[in-house]
Amino acid sequence: MNKIESKNVHLYYGDFHALKGISMSIQENTVTALIGPSGCGKSTYLRLFNRMNDLIDNVRIEGDILLDGRDIYKKNIGMRIDELRKKVGMVFQKPNPFPKTIFENVAYGLRVNGIDHRSFIEERVETSLRQAALWEEVKDKLKKSAFELSGGQQQRLCIARALAIEPSVLLMDEPASALDPISTSKIEELIYELKTKYTIIIVTHNMQQAGRVSDRTAFFYLGDLIEYDDTPVIFTNPKDIRTQSYVTGRFG
Amino acid sequence: MTKQTKEYIAFWIFRILSFIVLAILIWILYFIFVRGWHMLSWDFLTKMPEDGMTKGGIYPAIIGTLYLVAGSMLFAFPIGVLAGIYIHEYTNDSKFKRFMKLMTNNLAGIPSIVFGLFGMSLFVKTLNFGDSILAGSLTLGLLALPVVIRVTEEALIAVDDSFRHGSLALGASKLITIRKVVLPIAMPNILTGLILSIGRVSGETAPILFTVAAYFLPKLPTSIFDQVMALPYHLYVISTSGTKVQESRDMAYGTALVLVLFVLILNLLANALRRYLGNKVKMN
Amino acid sequence: MKRKFKQFTEKLIEGLLLISGSLTSITVLLIVIFLFKEGLGLFTTSPMENKNVIVVNKLNPVEHLTAGQIKKIFDQEITNWKDLGGKNDTILLFTINDLSNYFSEEEIGENFEYLPEKLNSIVDSIPNLLAVYTDKYLVKELKGKIVKVDKNNIPDFILGREWFPTAEPAVQLGVLPLILGTLLVSIFAILFALPIGIATSIYMAEVANERVRKILKPIIELLAGIPSVVYGFFGLIVIVPLIHDTFNLPVGETALAGSIVLAIMALPTIITVSEDAIRNTPRSMKEASLALGANRWQTIHRVVLPYSMSGITAAAILGIGRAIGETMAVLMVTGNAAVMPHSLLQPVRTIPATIAAELGEAPQGGVHYQALFALGCILFILTLLINIWVEYVSSKQKFKK
Ligand SMILES: Nc1ncnc2c1ncn2[C@@H]1O[C@H](COP(=O)(O)OP(=O)(O)OP(=O)(O)O)[C@@H](O)[C@H]1O
Ligand SMILES: [Mg+2]
Repeated sequence: MNKIESKNVHLYYGDFHALKGISMSIQENTVTALIGPSGCGKSTYLRLFNRMNDLIDNVRIEGDILLDGRDIYKKNIGMRIDELRKKVGMVFQKPNPFPKTIFENVAYGLRVNGIDHRSFIEERVETSLRQAALWEEVKDKLKKSAFELSGGQQQRLCIARALAIEPSVLLMDEPASALDPISTSKIEELIYELKTKYTIIIVTHNMQQAGRVSDRTAFFYLGDLIEYDDTPVIFTNPKDIRTQSYVTGRFG
Repeated sequence: MTKQTKEYIAFWIFRILSFIVLAILIWILYFIFVRGWHMLSWDFLTKMPEDGMTKGGIYPAIIGTLYLVAGSMLFAFPIGVLAGIYIHEYTNDSKFKRFMKLMTNNLAGIPSIVFGLFGMSLFVKTLNFGDSILAGSLTLGLLALPVVIRVTEEALIAVDDSFRHGSLALGASKLITIRKVVLPIAMPNILTGLILSIGRVSGETAPILFTVAAYFLPKLPTSIFDQVMALPYHLYVISTSGTKVQESRDMAYGTALVLVLFVLILNLLANALRRYLGNKVKMN
Repeated sequence: MKRKFKQFTEKLIEGLLLISGSLTSITVLLIVIFLFKEGLGLFTTSPMENKNVIVVNKLNPVEHLTAGQIKKIFDQEITNWKDLGGKNDTILLFTINDLSNYFSEEEIGENFEYLPEKLNSIVDSIPNLLAVYTDKYLVKELKGKIVKVDKNNIPDFILGREWFPTAEPAVQLGVLPLILGTLLVSIFAILFALPIGIATSIYMAEVANERVRKILKPIIELLAGIPSVVYGFFGLIVIVPLIHDTFNLPVGETALAGSIVLAIMALPTIITVSEDAIRNTPRSMKEASLALGANRWQTIHRVVLPYSMSGITAAAILGIGRAIGETMAVLMVTGNAAVMPHSLLQPVRTIPATIAAELGEAPQGGVHYQALFALGCILFILTLLINIWVEYVSSKQKFKK
């Protein structure tokens, strides 16, 4: 069964038609890259999966999105929005730790979901920080403010924070675009390792990055899904001329 | 308790407390409008007080307040705008700028009664202006100065740097750029701020107690060295210290209503201006 | 030629800008100079009114008295020289009013021409006498001894509990009741206003929809614009009787009335400043919290409030500053009794109200006048400290970003 399935999804910001009938299915434990020129709707599409667009006034959504076969936008089907968000973690473009200690940042998702067993939280914080390849760097300063970390470390902290509630899907919106090359490659390695446990969808403007980390790639253009295929196909043998000129850098 | 319940309770507490704020304001306005409304008449606005200020009108107090507002703005507006321009456009050194801002904030934080003490000591006594429109206006002007400066600064901050660079790139001098490009864009915001600071000045009592305000004057001022009556001081006098406090209650309601109406109209005017001029600038 | 002229005007205008820009600093400086010149002058003068002097018998060991002791002697709270460091003997108080008990009119003379000599003689003859009279009746060969009266000084001024600035023969200038009155009224005002103000700002920034916000916002702006006398008037006519009836008090003009009126007046400041602070929380931070399954309330109290805490603190401090400096409204509703405050249901008097009520009657340059300026200095220092505190708190917020 497909992990995620979207069927003919339209999204309107007021009168503006931002997504024009997107249908695509995503398999479990794969990395899917969303690429396309700025403003084409990648973030908008990504934010559908954890219903982040609900926060914006005047948004209208049509079509169905299924997670494990359940429609996440249908109220009566029984998946509350916070349950959904426990299953679908998100990492943002800029590192955005909370004004709290490193430990409390990672523990946050557990606490807000009603878990306050201390040793359980401690254990989970450590596992998540290890998964995010940050444990060795911060294990001695867990009580320090998260703002004292470097940008790359902050971003891995945000990943650890998302992993702590054990989601099954991880959404990443340009997670490395604000980082230096070394931090970027660390994040990429991380994505590669996380793939064994999570289904990952990543938005990126970096073609090499998409090529390196993803199994499947979707190319968006002006709100349309132009082409969706295995990553090597998109980069070496695309069917659509627009995909080809985008991935070869002829427009952007 | 589930987190949904907590959220529900918390939001309802916020809602209720906010509506308490709303209720308080409506209570105050209702009280003043309902009790003062029947006093409002042409005679009330244009006649002298009579019978120990229990009857007649509040004409001299209105005129006095208008003089004081005009006088203080004549002082504070040009200087405040120039100072705002200087602080925002001319001070490159960030330490100096911080110092200037700190001083402006300090001045803004000084209580109005201290301005009263200072105004009396400097203008009334040392410079020997006596209790006069001049002394009162200058005192109120100093009080309004930080307000005007801040308003100007904020309006200037809102002007995008690209306008400045565009003009400077065309070879215009800094001064010309400010006069021809920056100020016209900032002006609507400056004017709105100005109107709001008029509201502030017209209601101040403490600074004029010892610099200009007269308990009762049967005639209008003829020069800037005369004392005047003023609306806020008049309200204070007839509601507390007169011998006929009870008899002048109606006059007090009327005066309070006039003061509130004045502020209300200024607020509406400021909003209208903001919208009107704001649109005009965008169209150009 | 024309070019030179243009350069000249540019320089001129820039000079004008510089002067205007410096004017706030100059004003603050002038305020300091004028306030402290008069205010500190107080501490070089004597609390004795009308050039009165205190004369005692030569053998009396008491050398100097304080203003407070003189008052107690006159109020007959001190009746024995022992309490003043002298011998065990009752104090026999003598003022000009007691003259007829000692001398006939003929003895003094029609134009008081023999009075100085007579005064001199009774001081000499009665060992336990304390005589108070003006210095023009002093004679050259004084047989008694002039007791020095301590000058007004800062510790007595700040810690003194009696404020009788026109008392005879020695004024009592203790401002502790006024300072405590000011703090009591202001602090309770903030305690009332802060929860309501913060709740409203959270509601406006995070909970309310656009339509409700569009109603609330201008109303709060209007609330900020209403003059303080109008609030005072409202307090006088509505709040004071309400308190009078609810608590069954002899007078409704109480600290509580002042706190309530000040709380209403502080609301707009607190709401606007903390709403701005709350709005400054980065959107991405809120989204991160929601994306972890937190609901809106959890996001507000675990992320938004901690993040905007310094802004909210600044709002609270600013509110206290406004409350401390507020004059007219407080003057109209607190009853203005210059006594040590014990409860909220009792009349109190604040520093600004004292200045406003008394400056008109204080003769320029007199002790009372100087004392009011010294009060102004205290107020100035208090608000300056508060301003610095606000700067400090909000600079910490900038650093965090
Ligand atoms: N809150 C909003 N209200 C109105 N329009 C919006 C909103 N958010 C995005 N849009 C519009 O929707 C379109 C898609 O935006 P989106 O952020 O999804 O683009 P994107 O592909 O992620 O671009 P980028 O690569 O620059 O991040 C854009 O044209 C944008 O202007
Ligand atoms: Mg995007």
